[in-house]
Amino acid sequence: MSLIHMADYPTSGEVRVSGFSSARMTGRDLWKVRRRVGMVFQDFRLLPGRSALENVALVLEVTGTPRKAIQPKANRLLDQVGLSGKAGALVEELSGGERQRVAIARALANDPYILLADEPTGNLDDRATRGILDLFWDINATGMSVLMATHDLELIRRYPHARLFELDQGKLVYDSAAADTEAS
Amino acid sequence: MYAMREAIAGVRRAPVLIGLSSGMVGMALFVVGLFSLATYNLQIALAAIEERVEVVVYLRDDARQSEIDHLLGELADYPEVSRVNYVSKRDALERAQRELPEFGQLFVDAEVNPLPQSLEVELRPGNRTPDVVERIARGARNYPFVEDALYGEEWVDRLFALRRIGFASTAVLGAAFALVAALIIGTALRIAIFARREEIYIMRLVGARNGFIRRPFILEGAMAGLAGGILAIVLTYTTYRGVYAYLFEVAWIPGGWVGIGLLAGALFGAASSGVAIRRHLREV
Repeated sequence: MSLIHMADYPTSGEVRVSGFSSARMTGRDLWKVRRRVGMVFQDFRLLPGRSALENVALVLEVTGTPRKAIQPKANRLLDQVGLSGKAGALVEELSGGERQRVAIARALANDPYILLADEPTGNLDDRATRGILDLFWDINATGMSVLMATHDLELIRRYPHARLFELDQGKLVYDSAAADTEAS
Repeated sequence: MYAMREAIAGVRRAPVLIGLSSGMVGMALFVVGLFSLATYNLQIALAAIEERVEVVVYLRDDARQSEIDHLLGELADYPEVSRVNYVSKRDALERAQRELPEFGQLFVDAEVNPLPQSLEVELRPGNRTPDVVERIARGARNYPFVEDALYGEEWVDRLFALRRIGFASTAVLGAAFALVAALIIGTALRIAIFARREEIYIMRLVGARNGFIRRPFILEGAMAGLAGGILAIVLTYTTYRGVYAYLFEVAWIPGGWVGIGLLAGALFGAASSGVAIRRHLREV
Protein backbone atom coordinates (compact mmCIF):
# COMPACT_ATOMS: atom_id res chain seq x y z
CA MET A 1 0.00 0.00 0.00
CA SER A 2 2.78 2.39 0.97
CA LEU A 3 4.54 1.64 -2.32
CA ILE A 4 1.44 2.43 -4.39
CA HIS A 5 0.87 5.58 -2.35
CA MET A 6 4.58 6.35 -2.69
CA ALA A 7 5.03 6.82 1.02
CA ASP A 8 7.79 4.21 0.60
CA TYR A 9 9.96 3.40 -2.37
CA PRO A 10 11.02 -0.07 -3.54
CA THR A 11 14.60 -1.12 -2.76
CA SER A 12 14.71 -2.64 -6.24
CA GLY A 13 12.44 -2.45 -9.25
CA GLU A 14 9.91 0.27 -9.94
CA VAL A 15 6.31 1.08 -9.00
CA ARG A 16 4.18 2.77 -11.64
CA VAL A 17 0.97 4.55 -10.66
CA SER A 18 -1.13 6.40 -13.20
CA GLY A 19 1.87 7.26 -15.35
CA PHE A 20 4.15 8.18 -12.45
CA SER A 21 7.23 6.11 -11.72
CA SER A 22 8.67 5.64 -8.24
CA ALA A 23 12.13 5.82 -9.83
CA ARG A 24 11.60 9.40 -10.92
CA MET A 25 9.30 10.62 -8.14
CA THR A 26 10.46 13.60 -6.05
CA GLY A 27 8.95 14.95 -2.84
CA ARG A 28 7.82 18.01 -4.75
CA ASP A 29 5.71 15.99 -7.20
CA LEU A 30 4.23 13.57 -4.69
CA TRP A 31 0.93 15.44 -4.63
CA LYS A 32 0.26 14.45 -8.23
CA VAL A 33 0.11 10.75 -7.30
CA ARG A 34 -1.71 11.34 -4.03
CA ARG A 35 -4.54 13.09 -5.85
CA ARG A 36 -5.10 10.07 -8.08
CA VAL A 37 -5.06 7.52 -5.29
CA GLY A 38 -7.47 7.59 -2.32
CA MET A 39 -6.04 6.17 0.89
CA VAL A 40 -7.73 4.88 4.04
CA PHE A 41 -5.73 3.86 7.14
CA GLN A 42 -6.34 1.66 10.15
CA ASP A 43 -5.92 4.66 12.48
CA PHE A 44 -8.10 6.95 10.30
CA ARG A 45 -5.55 9.81 10.17
CA LEU A 46 -8.17 12.52 10.54
CA LEU A 47 -7.38 16.04 11.67
CA PRO A 48 -8.35 16.34 15.33
CA GLY A 49 -10.32 19.35 16.49
CA ARG A 50 -12.11 19.59 13.16
CA SER A 51 -15.52 18.43 12.13
CA ALA A 52 -16.27 15.57 9.74
CA LEU A 53 -17.20 18.13 7.09
CA GLU A 54 -13.96 20.08 7.58
CA ASN A 55 -11.90 16.92 7.24
CA VAL A 56 -13.51 16.11 3.91
CA ALA A 57 -13.48 19.75 2.77
CA LEU A 58 -9.74 19.91 3.39
CA VAL A 59 -9.05 17.69 0.39
CA LEU A 60 -11.25 19.82 -1.80
CA GLU A 61 -9.52 22.99 -0.63
CA VAL A 62 -6.15 21.38 -1.25
CA THR A 63 -7.06 20.57 -4.83
CA GLY A 64 -8.32 24.05 -5.55
CA THR A 65 -12.04 23.26 -5.77
CA PRO A 66 -14.04 26.53 -6.02
CA ARG A 67 -15.09 27.60 -2.54
CA LYS A 68 -18.79 27.57 -3.33
CA ALA A 69 -18.60 23.96 -4.48
CA ILE A 70 -16.67 22.65 -1.48
CA GLN A 71 -19.43 22.39 1.11
CA PRO A 72 -22.06 20.80 -1.17
CA LYS A 73 -19.55 18.22 -2.42
CA ALA A 74 -18.28 17.44 1.09
CA ASN A 75 -21.87 17.00 2.27
CA ARG A 76 -22.60 14.75 -0.71
CA LEU A 77 -19.58 12.56 0.12
CA LEU A 78 -20.61 12.30 3.77
CA ASP A 79 -24.07 11.35 2.58
CA GLN A 80 -22.54 8.66 0.36
CA VAL A 81 -20.76 7.08 3.34
CA GLY A 82 -23.90 7.31 5.49
CA LEU A 83 -22.89 10.22 7.70
CA SER A 84 -25.25 12.94 6.50
CA GLY A 85 -26.34 13.68 10.07
CA LYS A 86 -22.80 13.94 11.45
CA ALA A 87 -21.28 16.61 9.22
CA GLY A 88 -20.83 19.11 12.04
CA ALA A 89 -19.59 16.60 14.63
CA LEU A 90 -15.97 16.87 15.72
CA VAL A 91 -13.75 13.87 14.99
CA GLU A 92 -13.45 13.24 18.74
CA GLU A 93 -17.23 12.91 18.99
CA LEU A 94 -17.45 10.13 16.40
CA SER A 95 -17.25 6.36 16.93
CA GLY A 96 -14.49 4.30 15.29
CA GLY A 97 -16.75 3.18 12.46
CA GLU A 98 -17.92 6.74 11.86
CA ARG A 99 -14.35 8.01 11.81
CA GLN A 100 -13.43 5.43 9.22
CA ARG A 101 -16.40 6.50 7.12
CA VAL A 102 -15.18 10.12 7.28
CA ALA A 103 -11.75 8.88 6.18
CA ILE A 104 -13.37 7.04 3.25
CA ALA A 105 -15.35 10.14 2.27
CA ARG A 106 -12.12 12.12 2.39
CA ALA A 107 -10.34 9.52 0.26
CA LEU A 108 -13.12 9.76 -2.34
CA ALA A 109 -13.10 13.55 -2.50
CA ASN A 110 -10.46 13.68 -5.24
CA ASP A 111 -12.40 11.24 -7.45
CA PRO A 112 -9.41 8.88 -7.39
CA TYR A 113 -8.81 6.01 -9.83
CA ILE A 114 -8.37 3.59 -6.98
CA LEU A 115 -9.16 3.46 -3.28
CA LEU A 116 -6.48 1.89 -1.08
CA ALA A 117 -7.48 0.67 2.35
CA ASP A 118 -4.70 -0.43 4.70
CA GLU A 119 -6.23 -2.60 7.46
CA PRO A 120 -9.28 -0.31 7.54
CA THR A 121 -11.19 -2.49 9.98
CA GLY A 122 -8.32 -3.23 12.35
CA ASN A 123 -9.67 -0.90 15.03
CA LEU A 124 -13.37 -1.60 14.50
CA ASP A 125 -15.90 -3.95 16.08
CA ASP A 126 -17.67 -6.57 14.00
CA ARG A 127 -20.72 -4.46 13.21
CA ALA A 128 -18.70 -1.45 12.12
CA THR A 129 -16.43 -3.75 10.08
CA ARG A 130 -19.38 -5.12 8.16
CA GLY A 131 -20.65 -1.60 7.54
CA ILE A 132 -17.27 -0.49 6.13
CA LEU A 133 -16.97 -3.58 3.90
CA ASP A 134 -20.48 -3.02 2.55
CA LEU A 135 -19.54 0.56 1.83
CA PHE A 136 -16.49 -0.63 -0.12
CA TRP A 137 -18.74 -2.89 -2.20
CA ASP A 138 -21.02 0.08 -2.93
CA ILE A 139 -18.04 2.18 -3.98
CA ASN A 140 -16.75 -0.66 -6.13
CA ALA A 141 -20.16 -0.89 -7.75
CA THR A 142 -19.74 2.70 -9.00
CA GLY A 143 -16.73 1.54 -11.06
CA MET A 144 -13.90 2.38 -8.73
CA SER A 145 -11.27 -0.22 -7.83
CA VAL A 146 -10.87 -0.83 -4.12
CA LEU A 147 -7.71 -2.51 -2.85
CA MET A 148 -7.85 -3.54 0.78
CA ALA A 149 -5.10 -5.09 2.88
CA THR A 150 -6.03 -7.23 5.86
CA HIS A 151 -4.75 -9.98 8.13
CA ASP A 152 -8.28 -11.03 9.04
CA LEU A 153 -8.85 -14.37 7.27
CA GLU A 154 -12.37 -14.65 8.70
CA LEU A 155 -13.27 -11.39 7.02
CA ILE A 156 -11.89 -12.61 3.68
CA ARG A 157 -13.97 -15.76 3.84
CA ARG A 158 -17.10 -13.64 4.17
CA TYR A 159 -16.52 -12.19 0.70
CA PRO A 160 -15.71 -15.16 -1.55
CA HIS A 161 -16.42 -13.22 -4.75
CA ALA A 162 -13.68 -10.65 -4.08
CA ARG A 163 -10.38 -11.04 -5.91
CA LEU A 164 -7.79 -12.12 -3.42
CA PHE A 165 -4.03 -11.66 -3.47
CA GLU A 166 -1.82 -13.24 -0.88
CA LEU A 167 1.58 -11.79 -0.11
CA ASP A 168 4.30 -13.57 1.79
CA GLN A 169 7.50 -11.69 2.66
CA GLY A 170 6.65 -9.14 -0.03
CA LYS A 171 6.10 -11.78 -2.71
CA LEU A 172 2.79 -12.58 -4.41
CA VAL A 173 2.04 -16.20 -3.58
CA TYR A 174 -1.63 -16.40 -4.51
CA ASP A 175 -4.04 -14.65 -6.89
CA SER A 176 -7.64 -15.92 -6.77
CA ALA A 177 -8.34 -14.79 -10.36
CA ALA A 178 -5.37 -16.74 -11.69
CA ALA A 179 -6.39 -19.76 -9.61
CA ASP A 180 -9.96 -19.61 -11.01
CA THR A 181 -8.59 -19.45 -14.58
CA GLU A 182 -6.38 -22.46 -13.94
CA ALA A 183 -9.26 -24.40 -12.37
CA SER A 184 -11.54 -23.76 -15.32
CA MET B 1 -7.02 33.57 1.37
CA TYR B 2 -7.09 29.91 2.45
CA ALA B 3 -3.68 30.41 4.08
CA MET B 4 -4.92 33.38 6.13
CA ARG B 5 -8.12 31.57 7.14
CA GLU B 6 -6.15 28.49 8.14
CA ALA B 7 -3.55 30.54 10.03
CA ILE B 8 -6.27 32.26 12.09
CA ALA B 9 -8.04 28.93 12.61
CA GLY B 10 -4.71 27.39 13.65
CA VAL B 11 -4.31 30.03 16.36
CA ARG B 12 -7.89 29.39 17.51
CA ARG B 13 -7.39 25.63 17.57
CA ALA B 14 -4.18 25.70 19.58
CA PRO B 15 -4.29 28.95 21.58
CA VAL B 16 -2.08 27.63 24.39
CA LEU B 17 0.64 26.43 22.03
CA ILE B 18 0.62 29.62 19.97
CA GLY B 19 0.38 31.69 23.18
CA LEU B 20 3.44 29.95 24.61
CA SER B 21 5.36 30.46 21.37
CA SER B 22 4.40 34.13 21.29
CA GLY B 23 5.37 34.43 24.97
CA MET B 24 8.81 32.94 24.30
CA VAL B 25 9.27 35.18 21.27
CA GLY B 26 8.11 38.13 23.40
CA MET B 27 10.59 37.39 26.19
CA ALA B 28 13.45 36.98 23.69
CA LEU B 29 12.57 40.28 22.01
CA PHE B 30 12.06 41.93 25.42
CA VAL B 31 15.77 41.40 26.14
CA VAL B 32 16.56 42.98 22.78
CA GLY B 33 14.14 45.82 23.65
CA LEU B 34 15.87 46.50 26.98
CA PHE B 35 19.22 46.46 25.24
CA SER B 36 17.91 48.93 22.63
CA LEU B 37 16.61 51.18 25.41
CA ALA B 38 20.01 51.17 27.15
CA THR B 39 21.90 51.68 23.87
CA TYR B 40 19.69 54.53 22.77
CA ASN B 41 20.08 56.35 26.08
CA LEU B 42 23.83 55.78 26.06
CA GLN B 43 23.91 57.32 22.59
CA ILE B 44 21.95 60.34 23.81
CA ALA B 45 24.26 60.77 26.82
CA LEU B 46 27.38 60.56 24.64
CA ALA B 47 25.88 62.97 22.10
CA ALA B 48 25.09 65.44 24.90
CA ILE B 49 28.68 65.26 26.13
CA GLU B 50 30.00 65.48 22.59
CA GLU B 51 27.96 68.60 21.96
CA ARG B 52 30.08 70.37 24.54
CA VAL B 53 33.28 69.71 22.60
CA GLU B 54 34.55 73.08 21.35
CA VAL B 55 37.82 74.93 20.83
CA VAL B 56 38.44 78.07 22.89
CA VAL B 57 41.01 80.42 21.43
CA TYR B 58 42.36 82.76 24.13
CA LEU B 59 43.54 86.12 22.78
CA ARG B 60 46.21 88.42 24.12
CA ASP B 61 44.95 91.67 25.67
CA ASP B 62 46.80 93.69 23.06
CA ALA B 63 45.16 91.97 20.06
CA ARG B 64 43.68 94.50 17.70
CA GLN B 65 40.02 94.33 16.71
CA SER B 66 40.95 93.93 13.01
CA GLU B 67 43.17 90.96 13.88
CA ILE B 68 40.42 89.38 15.96
CA ASP B 69 37.89 89.88 13.15
CA HIS B 70 40.32 88.35 10.66
CA LEU B 71 40.87 85.25 12.85
CA LEU B 72 37.14 84.98 13.49
CA GLY B 73 36.56 84.93 9.74
CA GLU B 74 39.33 82.36 9.21
CA LEU B 75 37.89 80.05 11.87
CA ALA B 76 34.34 80.43 10.57
CA ASP B 77 35.58 79.37 7.13
CA TYR B 78 36.43 75.85 8.34
CA PRO B 79 33.73 73.55 6.91
CA GLU B 80 33.58 71.71 10.26
CA VAL B 81 32.84 74.91 12.19
CA SER B 82 29.21 75.88 12.77
CA ARG B 83 29.70 79.11 14.72
CA VAL B 84 32.40 81.29 16.27
CA ASN B 85 31.50 83.50 19.26
CA TYR B 86 33.62 86.37 20.42
CA VAL B 87 33.75 86.66 24.23
CA SER B 88 35.17 89.96 25.43
CA LYS B 89 37.05 90.34 28.74
CA ARG B 90 33.96 91.95 30.22
CA ASP B 91 31.67 89.13 29.02
CA ALA B 92 34.13 86.58 30.43
CA LEU B 93 34.10 88.31 33.83
CA GLU B 94 30.31 88.51 33.92
CA ARG B 95 30.03 84.85 33.00
CA ALA B 96 32.56 83.86 35.67
CA GLN B 97 30.67 85.84 38.32
CA ARG B 98 27.46 84.18 37.25
CA GLU B 99 28.75 80.63 36.94
CA LEU B 100 31.21 80.70 39.86
CA PRO B 101 29.35 82.62 42.60
CA GLU B 102 31.71 81.30 45.29
CA PHE B 103 34.48 83.43 43.74
CA GLY B 104 32.14 86.40 43.18
CA GLN B 105 33.82 88.68 45.73
CA LEU B 106 37.25 87.86 44.36
CA PHE B 107 36.24 89.13 40.94
CA VAL B 108 34.74 92.30 42.45
CA ASP B 109 37.86 93.02 44.52
CA ALA B 110 40.24 92.53 41.60
CA GLU B 111 41.45 95.88 40.28
CA VAL B 112 42.22 94.46 36.89
CA ASN B 113 40.04 91.96 35.00
CA PRO B 114 42.29 88.85 34.93
CA LEU B 115 40.23 86.98 32.36
CA PRO B 116 41.30 86.99 28.71
CA GLN B 117 39.12 87.72 25.71
CA SER B 118 38.46 84.63 23.59
CA LEU B 119 36.84 83.08 20.53
CA GLU B 120 34.63 80.06 21.17
CA VAL B 121 34.58 77.75 18.16
CA GLU B 122 31.51 75.55 17.96
CA LEU B 123 31.63 72.51 15.66
CA ARG B 124 29.05 70.89 13.46
CA PRO B 125 27.64 67.51 14.61
CA GLY B 126 29.84 64.65 13.42
CA ASN B 127 32.95 66.89 13.37
CA ARG B 128 33.67 67.01 17.06
CA THR B 129 36.51 64.55 16.73
CA PRO B 130 40.00 64.76 18.27
CA ASP B 131 41.54 65.25 14.78
CA VAL B 132 39.34 68.20 13.87
CA VAL B 133 39.61 70.04 17.19
CA GLU B 134 43.36 69.56 17.24
CA ARG B 135 43.75 70.87 13.67
CA ILE B 136 41.67 73.96 14.42
CA ALA B 137 43.52 74.63 17.69
CA ARG B 138 46.92 74.22 15.97
CA GLY B 139 45.88 76.61 13.21
CA ALA B 140 44.77 79.25 15.74
CA ARG B 141 48.01 78.96 17.76
CA ASN B 142 50.00 80.15 14.71
CA TYR B 143 48.67 83.67 15.15
CA PRO B 144 51.00 85.82 17.29
CA PHE B 145 48.12 87.52 19.15
CA VAL B 146 46.74 84.15 20.27
CA GLU B 147 47.74 83.25 23.82
CA ASP B 148 46.59 79.62 23.53
CA ALA B 149 43.92 77.42 21.98
CA LEU B 150 42.45 74.72 24.22
CA TYR B 151 39.90 71.98 23.72
CA GLY B 152 40.39 69.69 26.68
CA GLU B 153 42.65 67.31 24.81
CA GLU B 154 42.61 64.47 27.35
CA TRP B 155 38.89 64.79 27.87
CA VAL B 156 38.13 64.65 24.14
CA ASP B 157 40.44 61.66 23.68
CA ARG B 158 38.75 59.83 26.54
CA LEU B 159 35.32 60.70 25.25
CA PHE B 160 36.13 59.24 21.87
CA ALA B 161 37.75 56.16 23.37
CA LEU B 162 34.55 55.70 25.38
CA ARG B 163 32.54 56.14 22.20
CA ARG B 164 34.58 53.52 20.39
CA ILE B 165 34.19 51.08 23.28
CA GLY B 166 30.47 51.87 23.41
CA PHE B 167 30.10 51.26 19.69
CA ALA B 168 32.06 48.00 19.72
CA SER B 169 30.27 46.60 22.78
CA THR B 170 26.89 47.67 21.35
CA ALA B 171 27.65 45.88 18.09
CA VAL B 172 28.94 42.71 19.75
CA LEU B 173 26.29 42.54 22.48
CA GLY B 174 23.55 43.53 20.05
CA ALA B 175 24.57 40.77 17.65
CA ALA B 176 24.75 38.27 20.53
CA PHE B 177 21.31 39.26 21.86
CA ALA B 178 19.82 39.14 18.37
CA LEU B 179 21.34 35.70 17.81
CA VAL B 180 20.01 34.37 21.12
CA ALA B 181 16.58 35.84 20.36
CA ALA B 182 16.67 34.24 16.90
CA LEU B 183 17.55 30.85 18.39
CA ILE B 184 14.78 31.09 20.99
CA ILE B 185 12.21 32.18 18.40
CA GLY B 186 13.33 29.40 16.07
CA THR B 187 13.08 26.79 18.83
CA ALA B 188 9.70 28.02 20.07
CA LEU B 189 8.17 27.84 16.62
CA ARG B 190 9.85 24.55 15.83
CA ILE B 191 8.21 23.06 18.93
CA ALA B 192 4.85 24.48 17.84
CA ILE B 193 5.22 22.93 14.39
CA PHE B 194 6.53 19.63 15.77
CA ALA B 195 3.34 19.36 17.83
CA ARG B 196 1.39 19.58 14.60
CA ARG B 197 3.49 17.27 12.43
CA GLU B 198 0.56 14.85 12.13
CA GLU B 199 -1.43 17.62 10.49
CA ILE B 200 1.39 18.22 8.01
CA TYR B 201 1.52 14.48 7.32
CA ILE B 202 -2.22 14.32 6.66
CA MET B 203 -2.07 17.33 4.36
CA ARG B 204 0.66 15.60 2.36
CA LEU B 205 -1.38 12.43 2.36
CA VAL B 206 -4.40 14.02 0.73
CA GLY B 207 -2.33 15.58 -2.04
CA ALA B 208 -1.56 19.08 -0.78
CA ARG B 209 1.32 20.79 -2.51
CA ASN B 210 4.22 21.86 -0.32
CA GLY B 211 3.47 25.56 -0.77
CA PHE B 212 -0.16 25.01 0.19
CA ILE B 213 0.89 23.32 3.45
CA ARG B 214 3.66 25.80 4.15
CA ARG B 215 1.76 29.07 3.74
CA PRO B 216 -0.62 28.86 6.75
CA PHE B 217 2.26 27.79 9.02
CA ILE B 218 4.45 30.64 7.82
CA LEU B 219 1.60 33.10 8.36
CA GLU B 220 1.00 31.61 11.79
CA GLY B 221 4.70 32.02 12.57
CA ALA B 222 4.53 35.65 11.44
CA MET B 223 1.46 36.20 13.65
CA ALA B 224 3.19 34.59 16.65
CA GLY B 225 6.29 36.71 15.97
CA LEU B 226 4.21 39.87 15.68
CA ALA B 227 2.32 39.06 18.89
CA GLY B 228 5.68 38.39 20.58
CA GLY B 229 6.95 41.73 19.25
CA ILE B 230 3.94 43.56 20.67
CA LEU B 231 4.41 41.80 24.02
CA ALA B 232 8.09 42.77 24.02
CA ILE B 233 7.21 46.41 23.34
CA VAL B 234 4.61 46.44 26.13
CA LEU B 235 7.16 44.94 28.56
CA THR B 236 9.93 47.31 27.45
CA TYR B 237 7.60 50.31 27.73
CA THR B 238 6.48 49.22 31.21
CA THR B 239 10.13 48.92 32.27
CA TYR B 240 10.87 52.33 30.76
CA ARG B 241 7.97 53.91 32.70
CA GLY B 242 9.17 52.23 35.89
CA VAL B 243 12.76 53.41 35.46
CA TYR B 244 11.56 56.91 34.52
CA ALA B 245 9.25 57.16 37.53
CA TYR B 246 11.43 55.60 40.24
CA LEU B 247 15.09 55.65 39.16
CA PHE B 248 16.22 58.26 36.65
CA GLU B 249 15.18 60.13 33.54
CA VAL B 250 15.49 58.07 30.39
CA ALA B 251 14.32 58.58 26.82
CA TRP B 252 11.96 56.19 24.99
CA ILE B 253 13.39 54.54 21.89
CA PRO B 254 12.45 56.13 18.53
CA GLY B 255 9.31 54.93 16.74
CA GLY B 256 11.40 53.60 13.86
CA TRP B 257 13.19 51.20 16.20
CA VAL B 258 9.84 49.97 17.53
CA GLY B 259 8.66 49.41 13.96
CA ILE B 260 11.84 47.54 13.08
CA GLY B 261 11.40 45.40 16.22
CA LEU B 262 7.84 44.45 15.25
CA LEU B 263 8.82 43.76 11.66
CA ALA B 264 11.81 41.70 12.79
CA GLY B 265 9.55 39.67 15.11
CA ALA B 266 7.11 38.93 12.29
CA LEU B 267 9.84 38.15 9.75
CA PHE B 268 11.74 35.96 12.18
CA GLY B 269 8.56 34.13 13.09
CA ALA B 270 7.76 33.53 9.44
CA ALA B 271 11.31 32.48 8.57
CA SER B 272 11.63 30.13 11.58
CA SER B 273 8.33 28.47 10.74
CA GLY B 274 9.37 28.21 7.11
CA VAL B 275 12.61 26.42 8.06
CA ALA B 276 10.88 24.12 10.57
CA ILE B 277 8.09 23.15 8.18
CA ARG B 278 10.58 22.46 5.42
CA ARG B 279 12.23 19.83 7.56
CA HIS B 280 8.88 18.12 8.24
CA LEU B 281 7.90 18.25 4.58
CA ARG B 282 11.06 16.36 3.75
CA GLU B 283 10.33 13.77 6.42
CA VAL B 284 6.74 12.82 5.54
